[in-house]
Amino acid sequence: MTDSLQTLITAVQTADSSTKLIGSVRQLAATADIGAIPTLIDTLGYNNPGAAVAAVDGLVAIGEPAIPAILDQLDQHNYTARSWAIRALAGIGDPRGLVTLLGAATADFAVSVRRAAARGLGSMKWHWFPPDVLEIAQEEALEALLFAATQDDEWIVRYSAIVGLQSLAIAVRTTYPQWNQQITSQIRAIAINDECLTVRARCIMAQRHLSMISDAQPPASDGRRSFNLEDTEWQRIMVQLYERKQKERQAFPEGDPQRFRSIAADLRTR
Amino acid sequence: MTENPTDIPSDVPAGAEESEPAPLTIDQAIENLQGSDLGLRMYAAWWLGRFRVSQSDAIQALISALEDTEDRTEAGGYPLRRNAARALGKLGDRRAVSPLVQCLDCTDYYVREAAAQALGALGDSSCSPHLLNLLQQPGEPETQTDAPMPQPYDAILEALGALQATDAAPVVKRFLSHEVDRVRFSAIRAMYQLSSTVEEAHHYGEMLMQALSHPKLQLRRAAMADLGAMGYLKAAEPIAKTLAENSLKLIALQGILEHHLQTQPNHEISDEAIAVMTLMDELL
Repeated sequence: MTDSLQTLITAVQTADSSTKLIGSVRQLAATADIGAIPTLIDTLGYNNPGAAVAAVDGLVAIGEPAIPAILDQLDQHNYTARSWAIRALAGIGDPRGLVTLLGAATADFAVSVRRAAARGLGSMKWHWFPPDVLEIAQEEALEALLFAATQDDEWIVRYSAIVGLQSLAIAVRTTYPQWNQQITSQIRAIAINDECLTVRARCIMAQRHLSMISDAQPPASDGRRSFNLEDTEWQRIMVQLYERKQKERQAFPEGDPQRFRSIAADLRTR
Repeated sequence: MTENPTDIPSDVPAGAEESEPAPLTIDQAIENLQGSDLGLRMYAAWWLGRFRVSQSDAIQALISALEDTEDRTEAGGYPLRRNAARALGKLGDRRAVSPLVQCLDCTDYYVREAAAQALGALGDSSCSPHLLNLLQQPGEPETQTDAPMPQPYDAILEALGALQATDAAPVVKRFLSHEVDRVRFSAIRAMYQLSSTVEEAHHYGEMLMQALSHPKLQLRRAAMADLGAMGYLKAAEPIAKTLAENSLKLIALQGILEHHLQTQPNHEISDEAIAVMTLMDELL
């Protein structure tokens, strides 16, 4: 660890006012240095929103090396820190955060967490997934985003889900054109039916955006084809995704109209 | 940001509505509002507003509740009247205008505040002279111990602005130098809405934009909310950059966006609208 990094960490740990804390967390976050991870994680639990926002930015800038520490944080029983950690996961888009984001987008009680998770689901780094995990991963993301876009009570979560669906539609355009179509028709329906003018406007923006993407254009990528996760880790993600899918079936048993809600909504729009 | 009292991320709006059960039916709510249980009456008044129940018997029951004398606070307030006035402000029925004007004389500061807000929301400018009158009245601080100011100046100023009460401009202008920041902001917002020229409006818009960099978080939040309510398009980018919670920035930007869309033929999505939404996307 460099001296200057240690100086910045000490400044965070010894800050004696809220303003100083925010300022020093911001400086530490700006280094995007992996040595800053533990201190930034600690900051999420300080009950200081300004400092937490800066720490989330820092963790997002650090990216995948921060993931194990963020996932550890999720296991702690500190609700505030947990919700900030979910927002960091949403910003990084690492596959190891997917299952957490699926749950958060559809069921977290805090609006800001559902909002961030929905956005994060759309901007997952899909090109990091091996093909056998990718299909169920995108299917679950699609399910969660359609649910949030049509069922959430808060306009900002629906708005965020539309942004997520727009990204997902581009990601699956050539690989799963049927999902791309499903997203397009859902967005078309929400553009007419949502009670919130802002959500309707965002749907129209998404429609325009999607119609401008030509088939020749490859999906956005940071140039990295794959990602060095252990096979066992991919295995774990896949098991969790299948468990989730299984639970969805149980939650809406055979014959329950809710189970077919998204299918019905889709049919209506055709 | 020590001003923030919550223990959840401040980005989480303090809305109880999310988990709020809706066990009432419309008929039950109207009945409860006229019943004897004070708690149920308060809840019913709030509920009718929240769920936009605008049928005639609901309006009548809420108007009657504006004259309630049973529900009192220790400081002399009328909590049911406050809730009824707030609900009437959401229901868009102009039959409430005259009874709400009566409430401007209530001894309870918070009833006067709720009534001024509701009158601003109902959009019937016939009440403007009464609001202007209240703005110039000294108030009765001795009758109420928990009132922060002699009059709810901010609510009155905002209502006058929303009602386009141009006659009120000379009096509103005097509040531009008020000692309470929140009142000053409301006066700027009202003057923006009462401006007769584009240049004058911009002058006030810019004035409020400067408050986005105020050292106090609470005032930055207030300035964002005001700029959002004004629909001041030029403030979109500065709001996105303000040091404050994303959730509040998003609400302010929503205000700007919707205000702008409503001025467009067929709610056409203009380049400006796309620009505002692009800013919003970054804040999610």
